[in-house]
Amino acid sequence: MLFGVLLLAAGLQLAGYDAVAALGALWRGAFGSWYAFSSATLVRAIPLIIIGLGITLAFRGGALNIGAEGQFYAGAIAATWVGLHVAGRPAAVALPAVLAAAVLAGAAWVVVPVWLQLRYGVLEVISTLLLNFVAGSLVSLMVQGPLQESQHIYPQSDPIAVAARLPVVPGTRLHAGLVLALVAAAGLWYVFARTLWGFRLRAVGAGPRAAAISGQIDARRMTAVALLGSGALAGLAGGIEVSGVSYALFQNLSPGYGFTGIAVALLARLQPLGVVATGLLFGALEAGAGAMQREAGVPAVAVYVVEAVVIVVVLLADSASRQRMARAVV
Amino acid sequence: MRGIVKRFGSVQALRGADFALEAGKLHALLGENGAGKTTLMHVAFGLVRPDAGEIAIAGAPRVVGSPRVARRLGIGMVHQHFTSVPALTVAENVALAAGWPVAPAALSSRVRAVAERFGLPLDPDARAGGLSVALKQRLEIVKALASEARILLLDEPTAVLAPGEADELLRVVRAFTEAGGAAVLITHKLDEALGTADRVTVLRQGSVVFTGPVAGQTAASLAAAMVGDEGARGGVREASPVGPAADAPVVVRLDELEVPRESGYGIAVRRATFSIQAGEIVGVAGVEGNGQRELLRAVAGRLQPLRGRRDVAGPVAFIPEDRTTEGLIPSLTLTENLVLGSRPDEPWIRRGRVDWKVARARTASLLHEFGVSASGPDAPAATLSGGNQQKVVLARELARQPRVVVAENPTRGLDLRATEAIHGRLRDAAVNGAAVLVYSSDLDEVLALAGRLLVASRGSISEVPAGATRARIGELMVTGGR
Amino acid sequence: MSDPLLLIGGFLGASVRIATPLLLAATGETVTERSGVINLGLEGMMLAGALAATLGASAVGPWTGLALAVLAGMVLAAVFAAIAIVARADQIIAGTAMTLAAVGLTGTIYREAYGTGGAGLSLPTLAPVAIPGLSRVPLLGPALFVQPVPTYLALLAIPAAWWFFFRTRAGLMLRATGEGAAEARAAGVRTQTVRALATLVGGAFAGLGGATLVLAQVGTFAEGMTAGRGYVAIAIVVLGRWHPLGVAVAALLFGAATALQFVFQAIGLAVPYQLFLMLPYLLTLLALGGAVGRVRAPADLGKG
Repeated sequence: MLFGVLLLAAGLQLAGYDAVAALGALWRGAFGSWYAFSSATLVRAIPLIIIGLGITLAFRGGALNIGAEGQFYAGAIAATWVGLHVAGRPAAVALPAVLAAAVLAGAAWVVVPVWLQLRYGVLEVISTLLLNFVAGSLVSLMVQGPLQESQHIYPQSDPIAVAARLPVVPGTRLHAGLVLALVAAAGLWYVFARTLWGFRLRAVGAGPRAAAISGQIDARRMTAVALLGSGALAGLAGGIEVSGVSYALFQNLSPGYGFTGIAVALLARLQPLGVVATGLLFGALEAGAGAMQREAGVPAVAVYVVEAVVIVVVLLADSASRQRMARAVV
Repeated sequence: MRGIVKRFGSVQALRGADFALEAGKLHALLGENGAGKTTLMHVAFGLVRPDAGEIAIAGAPRVVGSPRVARRLGIGMVHQHFTSVPALTVAENVALAAGWPVAPAALSSRVRAVAERFGLPLDPDARAGGLSVALKQRLEIVKALASEARILLLDEPTAVLAPGEADELLRVVRAFTEAGGAAVLITHKLDEALGTADRVTVLRQGSVVFTGPVAGQTAASLAAAMVGDEGARGGVREASPVGPAADAPVVVRLDELEVPRESGYGIAVRRATFSIQAGEIVGVAGVEGNGQRELLRAVAGRLQPLRGRRDVAGPVAFIPEDRTTEGLIPSLTLTENLVLGSRPDEPWIRRGRVDWKVARARTASLLHEFGVSASGPDAPAATLSGGNQQKVVLARELARQPRVVVAENPTRGLDLRATEAIHGRLRDAAVNGAAVLVYSSDLDEVLALAGRLLVASRGSISEVPAGATRARIGELMVTGGR
Repeated sequence: MSDPLLLIGGFLGASVRIATPLLLAATGETVTERSGVINLGLEGMMLAGALAATLGASAVGPWTGLALAVLAGMVLAAVFAAIAIVARADQIIAGTAMTLAAVGLTGTIYREAYGTGGAGLSLPTLAPVAIPGLSRVPLLGPALFVQPVPTYLALLAIPAAWWFFFRTRAGLMLRATGEGAAEARAAGVRTQTVRALATLVGGAFAGLGGATLVLAQVGTFAEGMTAGRGYVAIAIVVLGRWHPLGVAVAALLFGAATALQFVFQAIGLAVPYQLFLMLPYLLTLLALGGAVGRVRAPADLGKG
């Protein structure tokens, strides 16, 4: 992480920006004030944590889910649709309905890759990836068609019913999705560390053949379940974003959460509790990026470079330790 | 080769070994598993760089830095593991190894010509992966010959062949030396050395303990040299095998079982019918690829049969051939590996949750009981040596006192001490009333362990009558009793 | 209602033109994957090539743009090779990281170079060049032989790749590396070098594909303009069964699928454009499901 930031600073300096000012803006944007922290950093951290958890689940189970972005949008679409149709109901019904729809939609969006994997052995990397683009187009279709707001002027939906919105900490934009994120992290930790099913899943991801032969585990089915769970979590993130932040659907709702989520999961070494920390870190980074663009004129997309560097460094470290372990055999 | 020294990590593989090969001679390199024979030849072939020592070829000192250099110097090696790319054709593999141009028609006829010249006919357009084991070996030799090797190094070439095929191979190698070539035959089989070689060198724990002409040596003298003075034995031949009590219950029964290949295409085992009693050790002999793997896995319940009946009195412990990809998960700890395959009634499982404290304690006691040397229950499985890893697999499988044990090449790649330990465990399991089914591609190992013997040949499983000779067994392995 | 023959001819021509960047990237990726490396950074390399082409073209001219694009693709490929091949890190994650980095870098550099106004439509582009004689062949002539130069390069690459794979020693070594790296090494092949070179070639082609997108199709640069074409190219490699001819057919199919929207427009059917955007990806999924069952990838694909 540090390396990435240093690299960013170096790059910025080279490109003629005032690196110190830029980094300063980055810091202020992320942590400079209570408002910045709660409404920028934490708000961005929530979907990152949830998606990061989903990716952790998938990766640990031996499935490379690169389609979290699309699953996020699927959840957002479902959440919006339900949110627009529960106007008369009390919050105790509306809110869970919206979130449940998002979870189901996210899982549904990954069903096709799962089926293709089980039946035809299609690499889930490619199938989940391709569906990202389909989801993006679907959102565009929805907000210019069936879900468009009543005046038919802007490509976005009407705001969802008040009952369907997540409660917000007064004075900030921080919403109750944070609770869900933390609960999910604790839950996933428990599953991995303490349950038999979670252990079996880890075994499948770490050694599929041995798990199948010696553990008598149905490896393919477990990986499929992990993928579905991963999609469900990503969908939940989409639903929470609609229900807690935007209250409506529009294009580019996600500034690449699906891909940043991969960096979040990897940097946390696929540990659920670590994902909370790294999600926070990346939330800070992206919150700061906005400020950096506003104040120092550095394009926000530069942040992607940092994320890529993070992934690469983790990869290299992993690879080195794996090779060290192989050499240490007596 | 003079004074070759090589160390791998904490293992001293070679301690100043000397080796001299003459043209026109077949030189046997004898020694037990782990004595350093393969390492010495790998040095000669450029796969391994020695820590000290020098090599001279035809009088001129050489540095054999890589297999490419070795090939240019006229050295060819036929390895234990086949080194042809399975997806490419025979001709393509030869072209790759020998550096021939790739024009298909000309290449095909050229390959065919070379193969036939040495009495090793091969179909150039066949896919290398689809060849039988004997033909794959043939391809290895043709590759070396096509590269114009004058020195052939063969690493345990007969280990995977049926006795008849092995004789054929040795004849070809003799013809090669008679035509002026020089060959080194690495083997741990005394009769091969005595029967075909001109000279013999015996390695023990990295040092040369004997080198000289074969004439005048006997099995006893060579065995003594291989093993030292701890009682000369002719290789892996131990106490007489265990037998079941006459009224012991039948624990495994197969009736007309038909098992598909693991890939799903084709049948691996046809109409297998036999039974195993408690306390019996039944061995399976056969050249690899004749269905024994599928048979064992079907008995163990790890592979679904297509037809027929399989009756087994309880869950089956299975020791797979490949410990690092099928037996253990190297990146997980020993405790985690032992929890793998847990049944719901194990003491460390409570309503879907794992009590790691209990599991860890159990692991520690099992490690102690099975004599596994490791840093503790939390050590990653990858940090253990092969022998210790195999002991862990056995510990996991045998600790539950299973009624049926199935083992696939359980001592592959292990040294003598580890091998004996594993054999002891299998015998103990039988003594304790389990039915044991064992396959090894080393016929001697199967003969040493088993009370009864089955032969797998092209999918049909037949029982070998008591008192059959080695030659007869070899015949059955190839023909299947037809 | 336009003349049907003209419509079909136009459709074919558009298909070939649209397929060109895909075909270039896919041919390069075929080389890469045949050596056992799966390069998910292809998308990023195409994007980098697109930006490099934009910069080169506006600074000097379209041919400079092409050259810079190839270079850009190769530079990114070199970084990917260092991570995934030399350091033996997971290829799939490394490739994804490469694309992420490329998106960030191209976005940043683009804003730096052109500010908020963008590159605009003032780029010198590559106009179609008619091949005398051949371009007069009815129907196929205008479709195949009145195309910008990169298309001809792509078409030439098909037989060149075939010849390379199956008639040269280097191609044999490449295939051996991809089908059995350990065995290839035993035969003396320097597998790491082969893989690295194959990756560089793939990057070069991807850069060229990106350049084609800018200089021969769209005419300008926009952030993220490749829109997943790099991934579609990877799917095309699978569909084409890693064989140059198959890859060419698959690429053409995709070009056709996208060109379909023009046909619909010409006919006057009002279909939401998003459906056409989705079509190539859905088609890929469908085809992957149908094809892969019986398809065999290079045996060592993806393994370090």
